[in-house]
Amino acid sequence: MTATRRISRFSLNRRAFAGGSAALVATAPWLRASAQDATPAGDAEDQLEIFSWWTTGGEAAGLQQLFDAFSAQWPDVEIVNAAVAGGAGSNAQVALQTRLSGGEPPDSWQSHHGAELWSLYVEPGYTEPITALYESEGWADVFPQGLVDQLTFDGEQYLVPVGVHRGNVMFYNRQVIADNGLEVGDELTVDQYLEISAALGEAGIASLALGSQDTFAAPQLFENILLGHLGPEAYGGLWDGSTAWDDALVTEAIEQFGQMLDNVNDNHPSLTWDGAMDLVIDGTAAFTSMGDWAWGHAVSREAQDTIGWVAHPGTAAGFVAVMDGFTLPVGAPHPVNAENWLKTVGSAEAQAAFAPDKGAIPARTDADTSTFNEYMQWAAAGFSEAAVTVSNAHGAAASPQWRQSIFDATTLFLTDRDVATYQEELVFADEDAAAG
Amino acid sequence: MATQRIDTTTDARRGRLANIAIIAILTVAMIVYLIPVYVMVITGFKAAADVSLSQMWRLPDTLDSGGYQQAWDRLSPNLATSFMLAIPATILSGFIGAVNGYLLSKWKFRGSDVLFTLLLFGMFIPYQSILIPLIQFLDYINLYGTLPGLILVHVVYGLPLTTLIFRNYFTNIPGEILEAARVDGAGVIGIFWRIMLPLSLPAFVVVGIFQFTNIWNDFLFGLVVITDPNDQPVTVALNNLSGGFAVEWNVLMAGAVIAALPTAIIYVLLGRFFVRGMLAGSMKG
Amino acid sequence: MADIPIPTVETSPKHQRFSSERFIPKLLLAPSLLLIVIFVYGFIGTTMWVSISNWRSASRDLSISDPVLGVYDRLFNTTRFQIDLRNTFVFTILFLLAAVVVGLALALLLDQRVFGRSVFRNVFLFPYALSFIVTGVSWRWLFNPETGINLLVENLGINWLLNALGLPDFSPAWLTTAEVWGDLGAWLPFLDGIKAQLGIPLAMIPVVIAATWQLSGFAMAMYLAGLGTISHDIREAAQVDGASGWRIYRDIIIPLLRPITISILIILGHVSLKIFDLIFAMSGSGPGFATDVPGIFVYEQTFRATRYNLGAAASIVMLLLVSIVIVPYLARQLKEL
Repeated sequence: MTATRRISRFSLNRRAFAGGSAALVATAPWLRASAQDATPAGDAEDQLEIFSWWTTGGEAAGLQQLFDAFSAQWPDVEIVNAAVAGGAGSNAQVALQTRLSGGEPPDSWQSHHGAELWSLYVEPGYTEPITALYESEGWADVFPQGLVDQLTFDGEQYLVPVGVHRGNVMFYNRQVIADNGLEVGDELTVDQYLEISAALGEAGIASLALGSQDTFAAPQLFENILLGHLGPEAYGGLWDGSTAWDDALVTEAIEQFGQMLDNVNDNHPSLTWDGAMDLVIDGTAAFTSMGDWAWGHAVSREAQDTIGWVAHPGTAAGFVAVMDGFTLPVGAPHPVNAENWLKTVGSAEAQAAFAPDKGAIPARTDADTSTFNEYMQWAAAGFSEAAVTVSNAHGAAASPQWRQSIFDATTLFLTDRDVATYQEELVFADEDAAAG
Repeated sequence: MATQRIDTTTDARRGRLANIAIIAILTVAMIVYLIPVYVMVITGFKAAADVSLSQMWRLPDTLDSGGYQQAWDRLSPNLATSFMLAIPATILSGFIGAVNGYLLSKWKFRGSDVLFTLLLFGMFIPYQSILIPLIQFLDYINLYGTLPGLILVHVVYGLPLTTLIFRNYFTNIPGEILEAARVDGAGVIGIFWRIMLPLSLPAFVVVGIFQFTNIWNDFLFGLVVITDPNDQPVTVALNNLSGGFAVEWNVLMAGAVIAALPTAIIYVLLGRFFVRGMLAGSMKG
Repeated sequence: MADIPIPTVETSPKHQRFSSERFIPKLLLAPSLLLIVIFVYGFIGTTMWVSISNWRSASRDLSISDPVLGVYDRLFNTTRFQIDLRNTFVFTILFLLAAVVVGLALALLLDQRVFGRSVFRNVFLFPYALSFIVTGVSWRWLFNPETGINLLVENLGINWLLNALGLPDFSPAWLTTAEVWGDLGAWLPFLDGIKAQLGIPLAMIPVVIAATWQLSGFAMAMYLAGLGTISHDIREAAQVDGASGWRIYRDIIIPLLRPITISILIILGHVSLKIFDLIFAMSGSGPGFATDVPGIFVYEQTFRATRYNLGAAASIVMLLLVSIVIVPYLARQLKEL
């Protein structure tokens, strides 16, 4: 349940905002240069200061597991938990950016991978590469390649992934499906879904629940559809330029998006993702396409038996990763402890202890998942078998500007359903991002 | 103030009927105006389980302080920030505004009216159009993300309004008083300290109340200048409450009441000065 | 003869402090003026620079874009910003209309000096003392389509009445509808290039209602102040002439209130042209950007998308809109000083 807190509408806004104003500050180079010369405050020798926005419930418990794992090996090091609370826990990023631009980094901090890691931390020069650690710890072999690619820039790694959420899961109400004489297997194709949707539509039931008040919800649905229709490789190509946005496959995916929206809950503009999940739990709608934090929400509502899950239609071969990890700062106050911290959080034992509390799956594919519940085991299996891809809705696939353009175009498509215009806007967003 | 009465002589009964009709219309209007207040207050007193959509208009079955308790727990650091922000910023911008208003009304020089008008323009600009350089400037002087930084912002952008109110106030003070003081040998500063400042207490009350309300109610500056959510003003924290995981309406409405209370109390107790500030801030004196 | 102090203070025959009196006021004003020059004019200038620069990511780039106004070209071709401008105009017009009508009506009723006058007046003005955020948060709930006003209408039996008359329920989706009523573009072919539908976004109506709730008291107070200055004599003279109560208002008093109306339109007009907090708290961008306004656009482009030049350009457009209203007002004030 707590894993879900982080991804609320507001936290996303706030986090994204954090990026903007922080970047604004980060671009005052004259200040940063002078501030970095100053020695960080704090005279305690043997400390480890860890910055995160995990302050409540399962997230805090997960973080404590990581602390415990570290203390077991280095009992003499005092851990300073610099987690910043507030607004669903996440605009801690602004506070972090203020510290970074002031030249006073903690020993390590929490970050997502992909575009966010790059634009907020690596490009401004706040993080040290940890390529050597990857070699000495053999991490390249235990993290999926698709994930490692997303934290590698110019051949250097910059992040130790800890826990991963799957973003392309279709949750459904088992009862509603059974009552209408329908069936959802271990996998669901797009055609199967559309057939089920049509049958539900005739029965007067909204097939798909959406909470479009969360600006990320519809873009997440659409990226899942893109992944399903293009396949993991071509989908990944959308973000690195090897797949063109004016491709006919994209057109078809948009048409599919429209078809799925044809039988969606009418009140989607007034709901957030959790409200949409509630519709599924209550049986008002049959499906919702979300990340596995929605499972946490179902658990918190004691609906484990009601809710079934399957990969978003056509995406069984892909795993859209929404991931958290830790970095090594430039100028860490306790660099030795910082490295040891990264070794700890990268270990299979620590990750296996962390994941159940956080409601995520371990980033290492060799971590012990035998004690996980059925859903988490399914997600973990998908992580090691499926191709790991990036999420634009959650910041890893595209730069903030590009993501914003796609969000805006998607908002308009939700109301005007104009396939050609939507694709034009997407093509323009791509060109625009490439130009800048 | 006019003292005209409709029902003076001729048609007293018709006048009385009209009066009743007017009171009836005004009462209906008043009820409509109080609807949001009613909903805010009663929802705050409902237990979380009591806040269902279909019960919205009903009084709570039992008075549950849980909503207010939770809202208080979550907003009290931000309330403290708002006080620590609004009080010094009001005093500073008020005092500087008094000096400016005094100079611009009693010591005019060629071009002073133009300067005054240029100053006034700062009151009307959309603050979005200065945010980017503002943040960079605050960062440059090491005040970005800090309460002193936010106080500075409110002092500076409060100056046009406080200057305007004081200027209008001092304009109405007769020049003879100043002249007498000058003959006694008082200078620009002496006249201000010994004559104008003691005379300007009413203007200080008006500016104090109005400016406090403005700063308390600000949202945009608090949002972008303060970075740590624990240190943001209460309006920002209130908006944060509404964007959480699932909206807890009782907590949110209780929070709205708490955030509104200081300015509401000021309005109820000192409404007359508040209105004067409002009118002075919008019309020439 | 430049820079001689006064004329409000009569020059005394003794001029021994002449030079210091000329100097000190300027010296004391200088810090404030310097702050305003930096924080208002300097910052606006900087924002203008950013708006024609290539700064469109986390890395600052203040080189001038080519073409110089390319960012503005891009801005006005962005569907979302076109919608924002439409929304701003729709909101401003509807809100000004509502605030003036309601404010004037309340003021005229209160002008009758009925029993409880000050209580009424205080209640009507009360929302003005609140934050836009408080207003937005509470009205958001009142306009929740599944409860709030719709529920009240249902509870009061209004729907039952409507059904009895063969009419459908009154239960609009309020803030959550993407519907836009009317399309000016269909009537005026030269508007073809505009991608936004030029009509009234229905989701704006609740926002207008909330804003009217908050600010009509201001209009009322302004009118009451104005009515207070219309002297007893004028009213009495009119009465003696045999004019009825209503005609006194229509033919004499309301025309005398014209300057007040203009002041109200200018003050509230500039508030509504730069509206941000209220909508941010109440509905955000809304479905299909039905309640999006330039203030939100600037905020998101700058702080969310780190597209600084586009955010800056949109904020300059906001500034220009406000200036169109405010600058003539200030110029007129200056002439009267």
